[in-house]
Amino acid sequence: MTKAIMQLDELSCPACLQKIEHALTQQAGVSTVKVLFNAAKVKTDFDDQAVTADQLADVVTRLGYEVKTIKVKEA
Amino acid sequence: MTRWIQKHLNNITLATGFLIAGGFILKWLQQTAVSSVFLIIASVIAATPIIMRAWAALRLKTIGIELLVSIAVVGAFVIGEYDESAIVTFLFLFGAYLENKTLAKTRQSIKSLTEMAPTTANVVSEDGTVVSTDVDLVDKGDIVLVKTGDQIPVDGVITDGTAYVNEASVTGEARLVAKGMSDTVFAGTMVDNGSIFMEATKVGDDTTFAKIIELVEEAQDVKSPAEKFIDRFATYYTPAVLVIALLVWVGFRDFRLAITVLVLGCPGALVIGAPVSNVAGIGNGAKHGVLIKGGDVINTFSHVDTLVFDKTGTLTQGKTAVSKVITYGDATVALAAATALEKNSTHPLGQALVSYAQTQGWSEQAKISDVDVIKGQGIKAHVDDEILVVGNQLLMATSHIMIDADQQDDINALQAAGNSIILIAMNQQLIALVGVTDIIRPDVATSLQALKATGVKRTIMLTGDNTVTAQAIGQQAGIDEVHAEMLPADKAAFVKGLQETGAIVAFVGDGINDSPSLATADIGIAMGSGTDVAVDTSDVVLMQSSFPELVHAYGLAKKTVGNTRMNIVIAVGTVALLLFGLLAGVIYMASGMFVHEASILVVILNAMRLLSYHPKVQLSVKKAHVLDLNQGHHTNVSVH
Repeated sequence: MTKAIMQLDELSCPACLQKIEHALTQQAGVSTVKVLFNAAKVKTDFDDQAVTADQLADVVTRLGYEVKTIKVKEA
Repeated sequence: MTRWIQKHLNNITLATGFLIAGGFILKWLQQTAVSSVFLIIASVIAATPIIMRAWAALRLKTIGIELLVSIAVVGAFVIGEYDESAIVTFLFLFGAYLENKTLAKTRQSIKSLTEMAPTTANVVSEDGTVVSTDVDLVDKGDIVLVKTGDQIPVDGVITDGTAYVNEASVTGEARLVAKGMSDTVFAGTMVDNGSIFMEATKVGDDTTFAKIIELVEEAQDVKSPAEKFIDRFATYYTPAVLVIALLVWVGFRDFRLAITVLVLGCPGALVIGAPVSNVAGIGNGAKHGVLIKGGDVINTFSHVDTLVFDKTGTLTQGKTAVSKVITYGDATVALAAATALEKNSTHPLGQALVSYAQTQGWSEQAKISDVDVIKGQGIKAHVDDEILVVGNQLLMATSHIMIDADQQDDINALQAAGNSIILIAMNQQLIALVGVTDIIRPDVATSLQALKATGVKRTIMLTGDNTVTAQAIGQQAGIDEVHAEMLPADKAAFVKGLQETGAIVAFVGDGINDSPSLATADIGIAMGSGTDVAVDTSDVVLMQSSFPELVHAYGLAKKTVGNTRMNIVIAVGTVALLLFGLLAGVIYMASGMFVHEASILVVILNAMRLLSYHPKVQLSVKKAHVLDLNQGHHTNVSVH
């Protein structure tokens, strides 16, 4: 299981949070998604055999939110 | 494309505003055709980002506010209501802009914390060269060089060099601490003067500083029951509005009314009202040294009616300090000389005297010779040709120093108050008694009174200590009930017993032995100077381990819950008002949108009042701003 932490641009609406959470949860290999609304951070645990952190960042980017940095940790 | 629009959203909003203004001026000048063109362009460019968001959400099977607005705008456009469509989209974008600006204010306290985080480290490589490295890439065991004016990048131990370090970002105390060989230093603190080599022991997210930030960040998103309810509500509410609008259209054959329903149905203020209060409340706490781990904690904390305290390290500072000095005749020389003698001893009672002397400014000019240390009793020495005896009662007896009845009464009284005593005699006369105790934290009594005034009904102290000392401390602190000689498991069982009688209990503690009670209580409150275990198990952390912080935390919790309620009333009131206006025929799409956006701003502004909350209690200790996890080197002595 790998953990990725993405720092996004400021989030303004709680709806964005639901959108991101929803979209990432539906990705194959993703087990947990936590969006920190006020800190504009996404924390996610995923199986690195099924999906890469960059692919997940790409999903968020395609929703229209800029991913500023991404940290990946093996767990 | 999407990102270009997101980036230029403010410009789009501004352009729309100008176009609408132009459109209305032209309308006033009777140029209806040109006016319509202006308003059409305004509608299209302002609607684009909204529709794009709505579409993105829809693809994820989420029905957002944007979808309601999009359908309404397209509808207005179709029936040729260009001014309505233009104004609604503009207000929606402008509202979002203001919302962002004001939200940023409520988030400011955390942001200023994260901005203090170090970014680069000067890592010393094996061949001795220094490489500037991203702080995330520093490994445990790396040697890092930190020079004057630099920020310490990771937690570690000094391997070479000395420095004065300003640890305000972690300990909250803006004074310089001297650090040398094998001292521990913390990430986020600043080297004010000097230069050190340090070995990294904790890096990245494991540093004390990173943990504080993570706690606060996570806390702001832990939802209160009110928020959870609203979240569930919103999931069904938005689709329901769509269905109602559809029914209105089909039922009344009134397309205009249907799209108006869509706009009025936006759950704006309701969705943002509760969370924004909690964010502001938690932000206020962080600024004043109170870490509250989430909205649900705030809610439960506000209902607490019984406070249970641990004694050592919680009500007291957990270290010995001079509590009372009784002198018989002029004791200046004797006290100063005794302090000089004790300076070289490692005895905790002696240490207490030495640190007390520093606050009193006692100078030790006397000439001391022939020092004789008597194990387990004290010290004898010659001071300017007189004999000084410093020690316990046994030493006085063996030195044939008389203690009269009054003096014996003083000794007994000191002991009853839980003191250990240093006796000081000069020239075979007892000159001073120094009572040393584990002293009570400053402002405990006044803080407890303030807590009682804000809604706490009962205060209880639980301790493993003996009954005499416990009673003495309890009385000084003004605690209602004292229970002594308790084991950690007894404490937790006691808390459980209280809960069974219907009390909502907060337990305040600091040690590993307190963690069962911290976990059992409805709210666990840890002293920041306490152990990591206590801090982790707790719901609230008082960073400076001070009682005024406890008063602040409790008042803040009550205030935040009240603020949340107020916001929900404002939000529901707005919807009711709009519905009434709609039925009365005075509210249309554009004016409805305006009221909506205004209500969102009102709830945010209301929440922002929490940022400046401070309890109106007179307290003697000034509070530092920042956070304090390590009060180990705090020498705050006061005399009772």
